[in-house]
Amino acid sequence: MSSRPAHADHQAQDRRNTISARSLVKTFGHGETRVTALDNIDVDIRENEFFTLLGPSGCGKTTLLRLIAGFELPTGGTIELEGKDITALPPHLRPVNTVFQNYALFPHMTVAENVGFGLKMLGKPSGDIDARVKKMLSLVQLEAMANRRTDQLSGGQQQRVALARALAPAPKVLLLDEPLAALDLKLRKNMQLELKSLQHETGITFVFVTHDQEEALTMSDRIAVMRDGAILQIGSPKDIYDRPTHRFVADFIGDINIFEGTVESTEGNQAKVRLRDGETVLARMPEAGTSAGSCALAVRPESLRIAGPGEAAALEGTLENVVYMGAAHNLHLRLGSGEELVVRHGGSTEGIDLSPGAQLGVVIAPGGARVLA
Amino acid sequence: MTAATLTQAQIEERRRTRRTRRALLAPALIIIVAISVLPLGITFVYSFLKPGTYGGVIWEFSTDAYVQFLFERDIFDGTLQFNDSYLTIFMRSIGLAFGATVGALILGFPTAYFIATKPREQRNLWLFLITLPFWTNLLIRTYAMLLILRDEGMINLTLMGVGVIEKPLSILYTDTAVFIGLIYTYLPFMVLPLYASLEKLDFRLVEAGYDLYANRWRVLRHIITPVAKPGIIAGCILVFIPGLGAYITPALLGGGKKLMIGNMIAIQFGSSRNWPFGSAAALILMALVVIALLIYARAAGKGARAHG
Ligand SMILES: Nc1ncnc2c1ncn2[C@@H]1O[C@H](COP(=O)(O)OP(=O)(O)OP(=O)(O)O)[C@@H](O)[C@H]1O
Ligand SMILES: [Mg+2]
Repeated sequence: MSSRPAHADHQAQDRRNTISARSLVKTFGHGETRVTALDNIDVDIRENEFFTLLGPSGCGKTTLLRLIAGFELPTGGTIELEGKDITALPPHLRPVNTVFQNYALFPHMTVAENVGFGLKMLGKPSGDIDARVKKMLSLVQLEAMANRRTDQLSGGQQQRVALARALAPAPKVLLLDEPLAALDLKLRKNMQLELKSLQHETGITFVFVTHDQEEALTMSDRIAVMRDGAILQIGSPKDIYDRPTHRFVADFIGDINIFEGTVESTEGNQAKVRLRDGETVLARMPEAGTSAGSCALAVRPESLRIAGPGEAAALEGTLENVVYMGAAHNLHLRLGSGEELVVRHGGSTEGIDLSPGAQLGVVIAPGGARVLA
Repeated sequence: MTAATLTQAQIEERRRTRRTRRALLAPALIIIVAISVLPLGITFVYSFLKPGTYGGVIWEFSTDAYVQFLFERDIFDGTLQFNDSYLTIFMRSIGLAFGATVGALILGFPTAYFIATKPREQRNLWLFLITLPFWTNLLIRTYAMLLILRDEGMINLTLMGVGVIEKPLSILYTDTAVFIGLIYTYLPFMVLPLYASLEKLDFRLVEAGYDLYANRWRVLRHIITPVAKPGIIAGCILVFIPGLGAYITPALLGGGKKLMIGNMIAIQFGSSRNWPFGSAAALILMALVVIALLIYARAAGKGARAHG
């Protein structure tokens, strides 16, 4: 509930786990049609955090959510909720609620009846239900719609009803499966902010699924990046963005330049990497630390800028394309090795030759280049 | 000028479509008049005439047929006395049809749900199996039921073989037999509309129900049933109405002892040679059904408006 300071990362370490999944495996089908949707997942989701599952289509995000909700039983492994094993508990006995992607509002009930449904099933007295429904509807700013039928609402309003309905019983965990996917961009941005503040106000743990990396970065306390049924990296948005441990993660989150190279020498966590076009670059080693040999070098476009006159350039390339981005320019360069390099050049482009085919030197910001595991 | 010619052309066009429409409707109208309005009119007229001695009617106005439904005229002094024997048959028919409707619903709902939750490519096979009995004549199917239900029939032999009972249960020629027969005959009419509405059910709503702390029964009651309501109503109407007028089933399985309306009406046109009374009974039956449907439509309309 309290405002979260910038060093939330360290605080978060001490928080209790709401969900702990261990060696979670889920397969569908038999024989030749067998699909492994989740492959040995271990994850801890902490109390009161905004946790995001991010990954491409088919990587198993929905499956993990459905296992937590109880709609599917795992093929192997366990799930704990606040230290209690809930692996085999049916969904209606779990204090976990879901906001479905298509909202799944009950068509034969009014907005208020939808929101009150969970409390009614929990056997709460009707006076309490009415009060709570009112409170929830005001939380999502839909008081005026209480007696409407759900098919008389706009997409954004239906979305908020789904949210209010899932929050009304005050679950321990709220699961959201791409709840914003059906909304247009503007509404989506608004709802992102609303969701984030709702999570603050209610203090409920949110597990949020998206395949939109920008959405994940702006909303989450922590992100789990998934691929092919496995979690590749879990960390704060800054961790994931600045210190990707896998090439896939680096590539999936934001724009990034990735080059082939060879580690020539290491010193502490710094490595000297020789690129294919012969130049050497200083780069940070991953924590795990790969030994010398061929490696992938990653540099974010915003860690690069065009070298000023007389400045020593780390890389050189031929300008192929300039894309105006509003606040910055994306300069697409071709390196001597044939690899493409994107430089996000903020500020003025005065004094820089931006004609196609111009030879430009590029400077890497300190710590901007990293070797991927 | 151009506008005027256009309008002229449009008028001509419209007239032509109207003519085509009427021409296309004609066959349907003729059929409706020939098989529905006309017989109904004849029945209506006959119900106000006097019975001929050897069947048929005597063209003399009389309300006797309707009076006879509730009263008996004393042969000697001609006074009217209340007679509930026809009313009893009506009540029994309504009770049996109602019971069969409930029974078909209880059996049909899980069946329809089962089919609706099968993979799409398997559903047609199941639906085909449901409609399979229609490939055989109802009379033959009812005789088959008779063989199953009789004292030396399959049910009794099995139960005695297993040792559950010692003497055969006499099911045949009782209300129970008629009841079982009605359910058997009309079950597909319940399953098909139920399936049609359950198939459209979004199973994510069911999951949402479970998610919001509803157990199986509550999901059934609060989510599946309301969504399947149109199918339930259609199924009940499709079982209740033909069940009420059933003829073959009570005739064979009730052994002629347990009459239903259908049999009673048939007897009036047959051995009793009282066509006006048969007509009147048929019209009373129809009036009851129409009234019941109107009451239902009223209630459903109100319910919908209350929600809206
Ligand atoms: N009921 C099922 N039967 C068979 N295979 C399934 C089933 N549900 C999911 N899968 C498979 O499991 C894998 C993971 O699916 P899942 O729905 O979890 O992906 P996702 O990450 O949510 O993808 P998306 O972003 O497209 O929603 C996929 O290969 C999918 O085909
Ligand atoms: Mg999904």
